[in-house]
Amino acid sequence: MANLYGKENVEIAWCPGCGNFGIRNIVMNALTELAIPKENLVFVSGIGQAAKAPQYYNTSYFNGLHGRSLPPAAAIKAANPLLKVIVESGDGDMYGEGGNHFIHAIRRNSDITVIVHNNMVYGLTKGQASPTSRPGFTTPVQVDGVFENPLNPAALAIALDASFVARASAGEQEKSKEIIKAAINHKGFALVDIFSACVSFNKVNTHRWFKENTYIIEEGYDPKNKPEAFKKSLEEGPWPLGILYVNDNKPVFEEKLAPYLNKDNTPLYIRKREAGTVMDILNTKI
Amino acid sequence: MKIKSADNRVKREVSIVLSGEAGQGIQSIETILIKLIKQSGYNVFATKEYMSRVRGGVNATMLRVSQDRAAAPVDKTDIFIPLEKEALARYAYRLDKNTIIAGDAALLQDSRVNDIAFGKIAEALGNPLFSSMVAAGAACGIIGIGKETADDFIQKLFGKKGEETVNGNIKAFAAGYEAGARTAVKNNFKIKIDKNIKIQDEFMLSGADAVAIGAIAGGCSAAFAYPMTPGTSVFTALAEYSHKGQIAVEQAEDEIAAINMALGAWYAGARAMVSTSGGGFDLMTEGVSLAGITETPVVIHLAQRPGPATGYPTRTEQGDLNLALHAGHGDFARVILAPGNTLQAFELARKAFDTADKYQVPVFIMTDQYFVDTYYNIPRFEVKEHKNQNYIVETKEGYKRYALTKDGISPRGVPGFGTGCVCLDSDEHDEDGRITEDLSGIGLKMKEKRMKKSALLNAAAIKPSLYGNKNYKTIFICWGSVLNTALEAIKISGLKDAAILHYSQVYPLHKSTADIIKKAKKAVMIENNQTGQFAGLIKKETGLDIGHKILRYDGLAFSADGLAELMKKSAAIKGKKIRKPAEKKKGRR
Ligand SMILES: Cc1ncc(C[n+]2csc(CCOP(=O)(O)OP(=O)(O)O)c2C)c(N)n1
Ligand code: SF4
Repeated sequence: MANLYGKENVEIAWCPGCGNFGIRNIVMNALTELAIPKENLVFVSGIGQAAKAPQYYNTSYFNGLHGRSLPPAAAIKAANPLLKVIVESGDGDMYGEGGNHFIHAIRRNSDITVIVHNNMVYGLTKGQASPTSRPGFTTPVQVDGVFENPLNPAALAIALDASFVARASAGEQEKSKEIIKAAINHKGFALVDIFSACVSFNKVNTHRWFKENTYIIEEGYDPKNKPEAFKKSLEEGPWPLGILYVNDNKPVFEEKLAPYLNKDNTPLYIRKREAGTVMDILNTKI
Repeated sequence: MKIKSADNRVKREVSIVLSGEAGQGIQSIETILIKLIKQSGYNVFATKEYMSRVRGGVNATMLRVSQDRAAAPVDKTDIFIPLEKEALARYAYRLDKNTIIAGDAALLQDSRVNDIAFGKIAEALGNPLFSSMVAAGAACGIIGIGKETADDFIQKLFGKKGEETVNGNIKAFAAGYEAGARTAVKNNFKIKIDKNIKIQDEFMLSGADAVAIGAIAGGCSAAFAYPMTPGTSVFTALAEYSHKGQIAVEQAEDEIAAINMALGAWYAGARAMVSTSGGGFDLMTEGVSLAGITETPVVIHLAQRPGPATGYPTRTEQGDLNLALHAGHGDFARVILAPGNTLQAFELARKAFDTADKYQVPVFIMTDQYFVDTYYNIPRFEVKEHKNQNYIVETKEGYKRYALTKDGISPRGVPGFGTGCVCLDSDEHDEDGRITEDLSGIGLKMKEKRMKKSALLNAAAIKPSLYGNKNYKTIFICWGSVLNTALEAIKISGLKDAAILHYSQVYPLHKSTADIIKKAKKAVMIENNQTGQFAGLIKKETGLDIGHKILRYDGLAFSADGLAELMKKSAAIKGKKIRKPAEKKKGRR
């Protein structure tokens, strides 16, 4: 498919049948429908199979370190508020290694979209448990099965009053595309936790399993009702898919930074530092 | 004018140590005194030493007032003002029979004390809070300066707080001054420091101010940090000027986030800086590595304090050089700067941004607790319009972030400026920034391209400065914050055929290093750490083994008089002690 946002002629290093392909399609279609100017788009990711996604888009990207997609993403947006910043990474990257950043990125509330491929396993390191792995899941490391309670990203995000929280699934192309479009259009931190099957290392939570264990949230659901949203986010088996929670009233990080307080969104690289400014500061030091 | 002979015996400078518990107002006495002394037209220097506590403990501040500039600490103490008892024992090593000790005799219970009961005098004036001002007045009274300017100064300082506060403080200063003057007479203490009215207009920068304002001059437009003493003070200063300087400032959730944010900001075209201390920098090393492979510029202010781990949180050391040198895994180029005085700190902080931008490498500014907390007046200087060469290029379709070039530097685009994609990857990558495992092809070329910068940086290294006798027999080598102290120490020592070699860039080393050192009969390294980390670096880079070392690692900075003694001792030790690398044998390379 010739798509403005898709990198052509690259070898994609995902296993055939991996859910990541579906997510890539969903994201590219969402971008196409939103007609986002390609040159104003930046993808940010950490490390993992999911985190390779930006490699396969025809856009700018910052593919940093394991667990560290969110701090650079916030700073990229802060250095140039005119950019659309989309973070795409895996569940291990985001909720494991990057857990602290996840919490604080929600508090910070940059205007960024965060798409997390949730395959309930570590793919790239060949099949260890992730923070979202279900109890009983056995792996070469968790030989007796996972016994810890899995992390519920949507519930955690709502508890922290994230400004947009949604759950999607790679198997639901249309629905997920609409969710991701809404997330991109949302001003503030938008989380989309998207189920994806790892066909190589997770033989439990398969494409079929996700299909059978999810349902699309009924029409008329009000995502602005926080207690209801929290309740919804706690539903598991089947998991609800859709926009769970929206809070439009949170201040946005970059807008609160000194350079933008006067509503001038000129990117920092264009601004000039006058010698007079430095002299003024020095002159207070007498 | 003919100088009267009696004047020659009168002191031209004085050192004052004030000490008390945290929370007793030492800090505010220091601030008042420094400003007043400078406002009165005298050179002034201040440094502090404090415990890691918010209340209690023993903290001290040392001031020097001098005819000629003096910008280093000395142990010798002319006037000691302890506000509580423990200080007497703690600073006993600084006191001799000529030291005037002034304080509340009833409290201090020591026969050497000249009784000036700051607290009681303040209470008599109606407010115990005036006692800091009484103490400041007493210090001025003993040395006999500041009286003429004090009223005006206090008016300006407290004007906003109302007439009562102003008048109370004026009276408190006067009362302290009189008591101080009486003490001077009683002890036959004479001092004559000529006023120089120009000093009033000079700059008074702490090391932290100098780094922060230099960074602003360098175009710093974003700052990220997680608080850690003593790195915090530079971050605080940047926050203070964030409105004036239009700087995006954020306190990150941890140091890992801080440096990753700085890299994101640079990627998007900002000029970002982080400020931290050793323990925080430990966490940042992954970001240094990321800067290395992604060739993202970044400026790191690393204010050292004694380690390992949390060490002495509020003391000083030059112990993190090895950390900065080796932070990050794999091979990549970096630059480490280490200012020796506030003017250098300003200039190097400014330069750091240009260097980082031009070569797309991490640039360190290494200071330490002593350096950031110390200040003294320096002549005014003008900041020229920064030619702030913009290294960023506009991109076109097909832009390659890591294009192979002759010198190894690829034109750096930023997203949003031009139509090209700016792709950056922590994995080994091709010219487009996409992951590669073509080990012998583009993978190898990328590695070699990154290393080419080392040659450029070697050539651009700042030359070390040589002070003293150009025909030196002994050369004393130091780096970073030790400069001023070493310069004063060599004067005090009276050593005639010696010189000081100071490095304000410690990595890469300037190519002149080996020749300058080999010219000496004897080389002595002076470092504020336990193992001589810089000597280790010189050995690694030049093969020269500097056998004599003066190392201080008790958490305190060198004092000029203390260092002078150590310099004399090491100059007297026989033996060459510069081991040169074995000559290369022909035909065996
Ligand atoms: C600091 C660090 N620790 C560990 C790794 C190894 N590592 C690479 S990917 C990964 C986990 C990825 O899991 P996830 O984010 O769930 O992505 P997936 O591969 O499943 O898409 C780990 C632990 C690393 N690259 N860096
Ligand atoms: S290992 Fe799993 S997550 Fe990775 S590409 Fe293969 S199927 Fe997808």
